[in-house]
Amino acid sequence: MNRLSSRPRKLGIAGILVTLTLVTGMASAEDTIKVGVLHSLSGTMAISETTLKDTMLMLIDEQNKKGGLLGKKLEAVVVDPASNWPLFAEKARELLTKDKVAAIFGCWTSVSRKSVLPVIEELNGLLFYPVQYEGEESSRNVFYTGAAPNQQAIPAVDYLMNDLKVKRWVLAGTDYVYPRTTNKILEAYLKSKKVAKKDIMINYTPFGHSDWQSIVADIKKFGSTAKKTAVVSTINGDANIPFYKELGNQGISAEKIPVIAFSVGEEELSGMDTKPLVGHLAAWNYFMSIDTTKNAAFIKQWHDFIKNPKRVTNDPMEAHYIGFNMWVKAVEKAGTTDPDAVQKAIIGVDFPNLTGGTAKMLPNHHISKPVFIGEIQDDGQLLTVWQTNTLVEGDAWSDFLPESKAIIADWTAPISCGNFNTKTKKCSGQNF
Amino acid sequence: MKPNSFGWYGWAMMGLILMLPASSSGQDSASEAAFSAAVANLKSGSMKERGLAIEQLAGVHNPRAIVILQALLDGRLFKLIADDKLVIGEEVDAGYKLFDAKNAESLGTVDRSATQKIYVTNNLRTSLRKIIGRLELNDNDAGVRLAAVKAMGKAVDDESLMLLQKHLSVEQDKSVQKAIKRILGLEQLNSADKTTRLAAIELLKGQANQNVVNRFNELVDKDAEGHYLEADSDVRNQIKTALVKINTQLQVYAAIETLFFGLSLGAVLVLAAIGLAITFGVMGVINMAHGELMMLGAYTTYVTQQLMPDHLGLSLVVAIPAAFIISALAGIVIERGIIRFLYGRPLETLLATFGVSLFLQQTVRSIFSPLNRSVATPEWMSGSLQINDFLSLTWNRFYILVFCLLVFALLLQILKRTRLGLEVRAVAQNRTMAKAMGIQTARVDALTFGLGSGIAGIAGVALSQITNVGPNLGQAYIVDSFMVVVFGGVGNLWGTLVAGFSLGIANKLLEPYAGAVLAKILVLVFIILFIQKRPRGLFPQRGRAVEG
Repeated sequence: MNRLSSRPRKLGIAGILVTLTLVTGMASAEDTIKVGVLHSLSGTMAISETTLKDTMLMLIDEQNKKGGLLGKKLEAVVVDPASNWPLFAEKARELLTKDKVAAIFGCWTSVSRKSVLPVIEELNGLLFYPVQYEGEESSRNVFYTGAAPNQQAIPAVDYLMNDLKVKRWVLAGTDYVYPRTTNKILEAYLKSKKVAKKDIMINYTPFGHSDWQSIVADIKKFGSTAKKTAVVSTINGDANIPFYKELGNQGISAEKIPVIAFSVGEEELSGMDTKPLVGHLAAWNYFMSIDTTKNAAFIKQWHDFIKNPKRVTNDPMEAHYIGFNMWVKAVEKAGTTDPDAVQKAIIGVDFPNLTGGTAKMLPNHHISKPVFIGEIQDDGQLLTVWQTNTLVEGDAWSDFLPESKAIIADWTAPISCGNFNTKTKKCSGQNF
Repeated sequence: MKPNSFGWYGWAMMGLILMLPASSSGQDSASEAAFSAAVANLKSGSMKERGLAIEQLAGVHNPRAIVILQALLDGRLFKLIADDKLVIGEEVDAGYKLFDAKNAESLGTVDRSATQKIYVTNNLRTSLRKIIGRLELNDNDAGVRLAAVKAMGKAVDDESLMLLQKHLSVEQDKSVQKAIKRILGLEQLNSADKTTRLAAIELLKGQANQNVVNRFNELVDKDAEGHYLEADSDVRNQIKTALVKINTQLQVYAAIETLFFGLSLGAVLVLAAIGLAITFGVMGVINMAHGELMMLGAYTTYVTQQLMPDHLGLSLVVAIPAAFIISALAGIVIERGIIRFLYGRPLETLLATFGVSLFLQQTVRSIFSPLNRSVATPEWMSGSLQINDFLSLTWNRFYILVFCLLVFALLLQILKRTRLGLEVRAVAQNRTMAKAMGIQTARVDALTFGLGSGIAGIAGVALSQITNVGPNLGQAYIVDSFMVVVFGGVGNLWGTLVAGFSLGIANKLLEPYAGAVLAKILVLVFIILFIQKRPRGLFPQRGRAVEG
């Protein structure tokens, strides 16, 4: 009885829903431009990525207040890939085929980007990727607004070598693609600078490693010689807190053995007890503490939007800020959101950084960035101790690895290739 | 307000000129002016200027100088935004309690936003420590003097050497004397006179000190052109014999250190597994939410710490019973609500408790946000027990080791001596018979599960001190916990203890050779092989109870 009577009702509801979505779909297709936001809102990466989702909402909101884009309102389509790498690909497909978004802003870990890549190339979408990464990639459909290794790792090592006179190096990282590749590049770079093999110690630990006793003791022993020692840390995420705690407990101060981190920023510091970290270093392309009018306005806008004056801003947020505004400029220039037209239009587009200087989209789909090195203070902010004089152009393929030395990426004619070998003058069959 | 560089150097010069008469005749007004100028310069923009201001401040003989420099080093020196005054702040609930830097006059409490911090960099910290060391060399407390000498020994310069040499004649304390002699001895190794060098080696060879070892190693090594740094072969041989002795010592220290690391890792494993040893071992329930019960304990620590921010140590003590109660209650709810319907169906229990674990994680995420919460470590738990330069035991690990043993002993007593323990053992051995004897098995089940969960909560308190308090805390430990319980033998608490410690030590022995990732894999492979051979673990339960 019950079953029979509920069936037509269910069908009816479904029918109404279908018509509703069709109607709204048609309506929105006419007067809004959809922007996909592909950041994990649950799972391990939610810590970092939720902030970026909010940043995107803020930027889109602001653009709409300015009158939208091409006379249309922007509409954010937020999906949750739940820190699940294959789900990133599925959600990207959903955004491109079902929601028909004009561009996607998202991903954090390299593995999530690699998972989205085939989808976005197949469906010819646009992805703006805001996080520092290991390089060795340039896709026609991806714009890398975070730092390549030459915009973060290499300048950081230069600083340690020239300013702090570091002679012995510990390369410590979490065991996955970004640290492995970065450390490979750094090792090659150090060797090119005549650092002996016995003066380099490389160490990998699993995600979320919490028992750092022996590793820190090893670092202490390694650094106990008369030569100045530093740790270059690509340790990612949660594992950092017990790592720094152990350093503090075993009496290794930043003055003795400084640790320079590539994955510790203001957002990560806000959840930490900063006592053991004071004086250690971080290298980024943006610090919240940098005093410019643009940055102050951005921080104020963020606090107003998120309604919490204690929230911090960080490097990937600036990357999204630049990436989004570059996309807006490119769409205006092209007069359409068509991916092919935008890809052509965006190369050469420039937009001012929050910290001074102007970022430019390069033919290899990376951008030019300033590099800052800061010392961690006990309020969780980073105090700039060194910065590059000029903006550094992102290099997709590292010059320090023998296998990628001859390779460049250039998406302008006549090369139009993300993996072009300058020796053989050939574009590899690989798309990215 | 930022003075240009010329103006600043002018001030510095003036300070120096003013200092000369001040130090010789003790003229107050001139010294006062130099002091004020130096204090004003601390506020200046660039780090270089700040560094010069520190040197300048150290030069004026004013009792406040050392207080200001110490505050700067500790990050307690601020500038009032309103009137640009330099103040020392103490953190209180409402903001900062301020004192005038120059005359210690109390200025009341202000909000954080009204102040701007005077930052220092590592370079400045090093020079601050050295300067404070020099100033503290005349302190009345021998401990302070010893620390001062050690700080000066880190970056030796001519001025420090001169001061130390002078101080040695008036120093009464033995350990301070020894530290000074060591620094001077290291310097004498560079002497041109052979007998002086030999005497220095004689003095230094018995000391377990990193600087001594480094210097010795350097001296017997060849430089880039193949010459020995120490040209005289007699002296070199002396050093070599001393080094051989030191190196044997070092090996012993390294072994002790590894053992300690292993025991402390083992203690964490035992703490995490011991609750599971009860729920899984005694009751046979595969509880995938065990890790999340630890997470609840860790969050309880966080909350108690938020409730009593001024009593860090006490909040930790309060957190232990609080975490036990909260996790035990959660455990009882899980048992009464879900698990009791699934006894004898391990697969369904596994799935249901896995669901519970996801539910608990997401609940915590919604309440506390997905960000990790920072749980502060009380003073007595940070730092390490410095035995000598080569051996130090970290306090937090040490306390956790002790805590683990206490919890274990307590649990053993509960199971052995209390009525609840008796009933738990009876039900575990033979449920039907226990029921026939009038034991309310349902109630015992709930209480046993509550006890196991409560212990998990206590483990969470300990974990909050060494790892991150976040929604994923539990997941990191669940595999380890099962590993320890299975390896030790299901249903045996002693087995869990032995298994935890032996796995910890094995892990730490392997780590230096194999790396953290591989060491863990090797341990897992070993356990798989071991379980093949002895499926019931290290200490299997024997007798009729096993079949039941």
